[in-house]
Amino acid sequence: MDTTMASPSYDQTEAGTELPPRQYQVTRRDLVRYAGASGDFNVIHWNERIAKSVGLPDVIAHGMLTMALAGRFLTEWAGDPGAVIEYGVRFSAPVVVPDDDKGATVEVTGTVTERLDGQRVAVDVTARSDGTKVLTRARAVVRLA
Amino acid sequence: MAINTDYVGRTFAPSEPYEVSRVKIAEFADAIGEPSPLCRDRAAAQAAGYPDVIAPPTFAIVVGAANSARVTHDPDLGVNYAMIVHGEQSFAHARPMHAGDVLVSQSTIESIRPVGSMTTLTTVTQIRTVDGEHVCTARSTLVERGA
Repeated sequence: MDTTMASPSYDQTEAGTELPPRQYQVTRRDLVRYAGASGDFNVIHWNERIAKSVGLPDVIAHGMLTMALAGRFLTEWAGDPGAVIEYGVRFSAPVVVPDDDKGATVEVTGTVTERLDGQRVAVDVTARSDGTKVLTRARAVVRLA
Repeated sequence: MAINTDYVGRTFAPSEPYEVSRVKIAEFADAIGEPSPLCRDRAAAQAAGYPDVIAPPTFAIVVGAANSARVTHDPDLGVNYAMIVHGEQSFAHARPMHAGDVLVSQSTIESIRPVGSMTTLTTVTQIRTVDGEHVCTARSTLVERGA
């Protein structure tokens, strides 16, 4: 994991600045771990039989895990998990997680749309998995150093 | 059965207090792969100006989880939980949550709207310390798919 990346400064960030894109792998193990940490034990996130019985293609990731990964994309960029002040998403499609060692890939990109006062910037985020947008209207306000 | 629109504007009783712990923050950070020492190392968090280790921004969903379940499982609200998917979620943080916070959640039903064969239910939850300091506003939209 790259933790050496320098945190961006507000002064050097402007509308149009692109955040470094990231890819996150999500395996069944990650879903079990997130279920335990979050307390969300909905069976569609770990039981293929029941997921398919309710019309899903396979087990799907918790929407909140996808949101958290895109949030991590922002906090890693800012260098501070407390830097994300506002953060909202629409869950446009599920992240389908196959039962293999690789799991699903979530690709996250983001662009600064506006410089705000108080060292804050507005960022638009996009998350895709298997070519499909899984988060839309994903926007955040991030405070930079 | 449709969701009971009489609930629009209703504010539920506040939740039981939730005590944020270092262990839970670290467990959550591990689960989402957040690598920051500010979620694990008290000295590092204090050096960054925080009172204790801080939670990632979506940790607020954990704090509000028991409260959310209480609202959506209210039998008179009439949500068919088997048909629910999470449509939208947002958080507005007054400050990061940190270990030692004791937080109370209180939800209001903002809207219940039919969208084709589906119904959306939007809830706004205020998360405050037991002393009344506002920490986070969470807005959640659930979508009940038509039967």
